[in-house]
Amino acid sequence: MPSDDDQDGLSRRNVLRFGLAAAVATSAAPAHAGDPKNLPPNVADWSRHLGDGVAVRKYGKPSRHEAHVIRRDVEWLTASRESSVSFTPLHELDGIITPNGLCFERHHAGIAEIDRDDYRLMLHGLVDRPLIFTLDDIRRMPRVNRACFCECAANSGMEWRGAQLNGCQYTHGMVHCVMYTGVPLKILLAEAGLRPNARWLLLEGGDAAAMTRSLPLAKALDDALVAYRMNGEALYPENGYPVRIVLPGWEANMWVKWLRRIEVGDQPWHQREETSKYTDLLADGKARRFTYVMDAKSVITNPSPQAPLNHRSGFTVLSGLAWSGRGKIARVDVSLDGGRNWRTAKLDGPVWDKALTRFYYEIDWDGSELLLQSRAIDETGYVQPTKGELRKIRGVNSVYHNNGIQTWHVRRSGEVENVEVS
Amino acid sequence: MSKCRDAIALAAAAAASVAALSSGFAQDAGRSLRPSVAPPAHAVAAAKRLGIGRAAAPEEIAGWDIAIRPDGKGLPPGKGTVKQGEALYMERCAACHGEFGESAARWPILSGGAGTLASHDPVKSVGSYWPYASTLMDYIRRSMPYGNAQSLTNDELYAVTAYVLYLNDVITDQNFELNDRNFATIKLGNEANFYDDDRETAEKHFWNKNPCMRNCAPGAAKIIGRARALDVTPDSGKGPKVE
Repeated sequence: MPSDDDQDGLSRRNVLRFGLAAAVATSAAPAHAGDPKNLPPNVADWSRHLGDGVAVRKYGKPSRHEAHVIRRDVEWLTASRESSVSFTPLHELDGIITPNGLCFERHHAGIAEIDRDDYRLMLHGLVDRPLIFTLDDIRRMPRVNRACFCECAANSGMEWRGAQLNGCQYTHGMVHCVMYTGVPLKILLAEAGLRPNARWLLLEGGDAAAMTRSLPLAKALDDALVAYRMNGEALYPENGYPVRIVLPGWEANMWVKWLRRIEVGDQPWHQREETSKYTDLLADGKARRFTYVMDAKSVITNPSPQAPLNHRSGFTVLSGLAWSGRGKIARVDVSLDGGRNWRTAKLDGPVWDKALTRFYYEIDWDGSELLLQSRAIDETGYVQPTKGELRKIRGVNSVYHNNGIQTWHVRRSGEVENVEVS
Repeated sequence: MSKCRDAIALAAAAAASVAALSSGFAQDAGRSLRPSVAPPAHAVAAAKRLGIGRAAAPEEIAGWDIAIRPDGKGLPPGKGTVKQGEALYMERCAACHGEFGESAARWPILSGGAGTLASHDPVKSVGSYWPYASTLMDYIRRSMPYGNAQSLTNDELYAVTAYVLYLNDVITDQNFELNDRNFATIKLGNEANFYDDDRETAEKHFWNKNPCMRNCAPGAAKIIGRARALDVTPDSGKGPKVE
C-alpha cells in the first residue's frame, strides 16, 4: 500500500483546519447518533404536531438539514466575484441531473438581470433577412428537450501541476447536467436564410462583458440549441435567463448566456475568449486553439475529501460520474490501488449522448487504505488518460482541458485526500 | 478559409485512421464544407419558414454590432494617440491593470512576459501571447472599463488601445495616432504560434481498444503529491488572500 508520512491520520487541529465541508462531514459522524428523544421507543415532535400547510412554502427548498449543500467558490482564484466561478457540490448529489440552484456559475461581469419583456435576440450578418426575436417568439417555435453536460474548459485546471484542492466540488465541480428545452439553432438560421458564404457565427451575451465566442456553422446546424428552460423551469438568471446557447459536448465557455446577438460571418472573430483565454498553451510555447470538444472524463464523487467514509469497514457503494463530449459513455473502470488493477463499474440510469452518466462500484471495505481512481471510456474508444500521460503531451501550462484520472487516498479513518500517485 | 479547410482535412484524416472513432467533431467539420450534401432535418425546415420574428432595422444592428475582426471588419471610425490613451488609462484602467499593465492583485496582466511562454511560469500578456490586436480593441470596446462597459467614445477606444499596445512595445512612438485606416497594419508577434485543435491526431494513442486491467504499472502505487501539503482549499483559512 502507499507510503504515508502521516500514518497516524489527522490531528484534531488538522481536522478543524481542514475545512468547513470536511468538518461538517466528519463531525456529522457523532451527530448521526441522533437525539434520544426522537428515537424509538420515544415519539418525535414531528410525529405529534401539525407542520406547515400547503402553499406556505410557495417555492420549495431543500430541508434545512441540507443547508450545507451549496455552491462554493475559491476566493483566491479570481480578483472579484463578478468575474469568477462557483462550484457544484457533486459529492452531495446522485443520479445524473443537477438541481438548477446548484449548477456551477461562471460569470465575466456578474449576473445580467434581464427583463423578459425587454429581451431581444438579434440575428444578422450573412443572412437574407436580419431578424429580431422576442422571448415569446422563441417560445412558440418548434422545440426539443435534451439533457447534456455543461463543463467549463478550466474544470480541474488548478490541478495541472499537482493535487491542489481537496474536494471533488473544487477539482471537478465546474460541470453540471440539466434537461434543456430549446429551439434548434438551425431553425432560427433558416428563418433568416443563410448566405452561401456563411461559415461561422458570433454568439454574444447581453451581460456587461458582452461575452462572445465564434462558433463553426457546422455545430450550429448539427445540435446547437437556443435554450430557455432547464429541468423544465425558465433558465435561472445565473445560467443565462432568459436565453442561452447549448452546445452539447463542447466547452461551457461557448455556451453564451443572456444571448442577445448572433452574427453570421465567413471567418472566426478571434475574440478574447478564444485567443487570450480558452487556448491551450503547450510545453513548447505554442498553443492549441478552437479546442471545443470536452474529452472523456470521470470522478468518484463518493467517497471524496468532502464526503469521507464514516462506517470504518463493511459494505458500501463507490459512486461517481463520467461524461464525454464525443458521445455516450461506454464503460467506467474503477481501481482501488492507484491504477495497478481495474474492475468495471456498473452504469446506472440513463446513458445519454454527451450527458453525465452515473456509475457505481460495490465494495466490502476491509478498512484498509485505498487509492481510488475511475477511468471513463466513451463510445469512440477514447480512454481517459492518467494525469501523467496528459502532462507528457500537454505539459502543465495548459490551464484548460485537464481530463486526467483523479486519485483519492482513503485512510483507515475513512478520511479522503486528493493525491497524486506514481 | 484555408486554415479552416486544413483543420477539416486533419479531423477527417483522424476519423479515417482511428478505428471505431466516430467523432462528432470530424463529422461536423465535414458537413460544414458541404452543408447541402445529406440534408439533415433543418434543410426541410428551411424550405418552410415559420414566419416568426421581425426585420432588424440597420440602426438597431448598428447599435449592437460591436465586434471587430482581425481583418478590420467592424472597426469603428475614430482615432487616438498613445499620449491621449495614457491619460485615459491612468484614470480608468491603471487601478486594476497597473500603471504599466503589470496588473494589481489578481486582475489581468496586460504587458510583459516576452519569452516566457515555454517556461514554468508563462505570462500571457497582450504582447507575449495574444495573436491579434483587433482582439484587444474589440474586448475593450465590449467590456471595459470593468463595471462601466461600452462607455468609451470611439476616439477614446483607439487612444486606450494605442496606449496598451505602447506598453507592449508594439507601438513605440508616443505621438503615434491609431485610427481605423492604419489599425490593420498592427501585428502582434505571437500569431504564428497558434494552431487548430489537433487532439485527434496528436493524442491518437488515447483511443485504445484494450486498456490495461491487471498489473498496469510495476510495484505498489506511491503517493507523490497531496492537496493538504498546499492547504489552499476554501474554508481552511490558509488560502492566499485576495486584496
